[in-house]
Amino acid sequence: MVRFILRRLLQMVLAFFGTTLIVYALMFAGQGDPIQALAGERPVTDAQRAYLTEKFHLDRTGIDGFFYRYFDYIRNLLQGDLGESLTGRQIGDILAAAWPVTIKLALIAMTVTVLVGVTAGVLAGIRRASIFDNSTLLLTLVVLAVPTIVLAPIAQYFLGVRWQLFPPTAGADPDFYALLLPGIVLGSLSLATALRLTRTSVAENLRADYVRTARSKGLVKRRIVGIHVLRNSLIPVVTFLGVELGNLMGGAIITEGVFNIPGVGFNLFRAIRTEDGPLVVGIVSVLVVVYLIANLVVDVLYAVLDPRIRYE
Amino acid sequence: MRVRRLAAWTALPLAATLGLVACGSGSGGSGGTDPNAAVRIEIAEPQHLVPTNTNETSGSQVLAALFSPLVDYDDAHQAYEVAAESVTSEDNITWTIKLKDGYTFHNGEPVTADNYIDAWNYGAYAPNGQGSSYFFEKIAGYEDLQGETPAAQTLSGLEKVDDLTFTVTLSAPYSDFRTMLGYNAFYPLPKAAFSEPGVLDEGYEQAPIGQGPFKMKGTWQHDSRVEVERYDAFPGEQPKVAGVEFRIYQQPAAAYADVLSDNLDVIKMIPTENLSTAPTDLGDRFQTSPGSTFQFLSFPTYQEEFSDPDVRKAISMAIDREEITKAVFKDSQAPARSFVSPVVAGYRENTIGDAGTFDPAKAKALYESAGGPSQIEISYNGDGGHKDWVDATCNQLKANLDVACVGSAEPKFSDLLTKVKAEQPVGLFRMGWVMDYPSMENYLGPLYTSNGSSNFYGYENPEFDKLVAEGSSAASEEEAIAKYQQAEDLLAEDMPVIPLRYGQNVFGHSSNVTNVEMDLFNRVDLLKIEAVQ
Repeated sequence: MVRFILRRLLQMVLAFFGTTLIVYALMFAGQGDPIQALAGERPVTDAQRAYLTEKFHLDRTGIDGFFYRYFDYIRNLLQGDLGESLTGRQIGDILAAAWPVTIKLALIAMTVTVLVGVTAGVLAGIRRASIFDNSTLLLTLVVLAVPTIVLAPIAQYFLGVRWQLFPPTAGADPDFYALLLPGIVLGSLSLATALRLTRTSVAENLRADYVRTARSKGLVKRRIVGIHVLRNSLIPVVTFLGVELGNLMGGAIITEGVFNIPGVGFNLFRAIRTEDGPLVVGIVSVLVVVYLIANLVVDVLYAVLDPRIRYE
Repeated sequence: MRVRRLAAWTALPLAATLGLVACGSGSGGSGGTDPNAAVRIEIAEPQHLVPTNTNETSGSQVLAALFSPLVDYDDAHQAYEVAAESVTSEDNITWTIKLKDGYTFHNGEPVTADNYIDAWNYGAYAPNGQGSSYFFEKIAGYEDLQGETPAAQTLSGLEKVDDLTFTVTLSAPYSDFRTMLGYNAFYPLPKAAFSEPGVLDEGYEQAPIGQGPFKMKGTWQHDSRVEVERYDAFPGEQPKVAGVEFRIYQQPAAAYADVLSDNLDVIKMIPTENLSTAPTDLGDRFQTSPGSTFQFLSFPTYQEEFSDPDVRKAISMAIDREEITKAVFKDSQAPARSFVSPVVAGYRENTIGDAGTFDPAKAKALYESAGGPSQIEISYNGDGGHKDWVDATCNQLKANLDVACVGSAEPKFSDLLTKVKAEQPVGLFRMGWVMDYPSMENYLGPLYTSNGSSNFYGYENPEFDKLVAEGSSAASEEEAIAKYQQAEDLLAEDMPVIPLRYGQNVFGHSSNVTNVEMDLFNRVDLLKIEAVQ
């Protein structure tokens, strides 16, 4: 087990540098005129252009320029310096401010997913073809069909503005209650998927041989479902949730925008819009680490859930 | 939380009654306002909060709270002195600026002529990379501060006379200099802003010290808010609220939802998608006021097919401006038929004459006789909500001129500009202009003179350049305007661009505030806004 984790950690280092290289290359290739992008529709003065060009080595183009700027970036990164955004803010500071609120939001979404999605999925799986099963099927289909970009403003309008049950926006340092609605909206998609996944898995396992054996041995139903079926059914769900945690953190662009939460997605959106290369690469690098760790945790959890799986 | 919600429910009818009472009494200044309350105003994250480096509305809104300008503009958009006692000149070259006594910075420093001179020198010095440095280019000695290693550190045209007086010598006469001083690049900086002469302290921008009616409360909370509170030692007109929280939003739609539920007091620009419902959502809290934006379509005049002014006029004639402002913009913008905005002195209605009158038959005849291209492309930036009106314009051109027309989106305005600057065939392209100070020159100079900073259409007319230059150096404002108007008439003959629409401030406020007014620069008037008790 320890050797397995160590090996994975070493792979993570390689994966990290590989992805930063790719992201940096993509930003570099797609970059038009970041200085004009920053100024919007206003004219840019020569003085400002010269100043920013020199500061960010924007005159270094082509293959040489790419490697020069990439290695310059990596060198600073290894010294713990993520660089400056085009507006002169330390990217480290931006990330330090953005991550806590995004993590809070993702955890709320995750909790909602697990609590509601998995529980309802287990129930629907046990009572296959019941009214409960059919109505959750219908509901999840609706949720899966409506994209967040529609769901978020609708939820905001009705629950926040019309009926005033929740604050319509959360802001920079929100309390738990203000984050609840964005958390539910963000988690609703994963909730629906987790529910479907759990339901199918439970329904399938209920018909498995070992359940029949357990039943004929006279085990009580609660023990069969609670211990044996659940444990086996959770393997695909855990895989899904692990990957989803990364998605929830990086994919909150729309939700964070609608509810005005200045988290990671909010900053990523702005960075892409203003062609702020250093900021995009900084955010994505951290996201890569989150994904890698989430995947590692999922793999380790497999072994806990299924004793047949052994890591050497 | 539940308590707060309950309070909100009970507060709603209460607020509604209060609003009714206020309406019933009929006078705006009736009781019921709270001078000790703070108001919350929506902004986007400012790029910078250094006066000479701030040229977007969010930053300039915050700076308007922290600083008091030398001159401001009255309801007729004429300049009047605020922090200046007088701004005078005999010859429009040497200007004497006398400051009012009694102004102090928020750290207690008295405001002197040096504070202005230091700030302007800092702004003009090229290695500082300030976004508004071009505002100082009319001052003598500006050239010596440019380039990578400038010859000088200070503008030779700035000279201190005494603590409250300094003179500004321009490199050429400029009649609008006094008007120009209202722009936020001309604010002073305290000694405390500089860590050593000419070097701005790194922390200054996080908590700018000004000489205005409000001072910073804490520091700039990036992506979250900037809070300011009343500065009691301010000698000018005192604001009617105790403080302002500028709350930072990335999407105007989120701010709009907050205004609807009284979580935010002012939204400065109601998003287009909410325009159709806003009048019913907000009632009389939905408001409009004149703005200075000017939207137009530009021709790449260097391209053969658009080089004939008649082609350009025919296209202009084939566009039904009223139809588009009504259907697409719900009358939040007004049709434009001149090259300058109605808010500046010297504006005349319909200077483009016939070319602005919608007449499909005449347009088609003119277009065919001038040999216009059978295919037209209109390029725009896809991130600014321009698709609808560009498509509508294209449809009109298709129907009225019998040509093929497509709108083609570039991801961002900067991508569009990159192509235009490289003279790639983009067809017609959209542009917009927001003035920096109310003067015809501010429209004509940058947009149409041969070396104008935003003349991307290759328009060159020596006669026009000459008239604008003569207007700038005219002895009086009337003479200047006469010259500018002659210049505008030349534009009407050449039609390098098609004027389409004038923008307005379309804003809304919560039931917590009254007397919300917006100026021409899309800024809330912080001295007028009041909080309802």
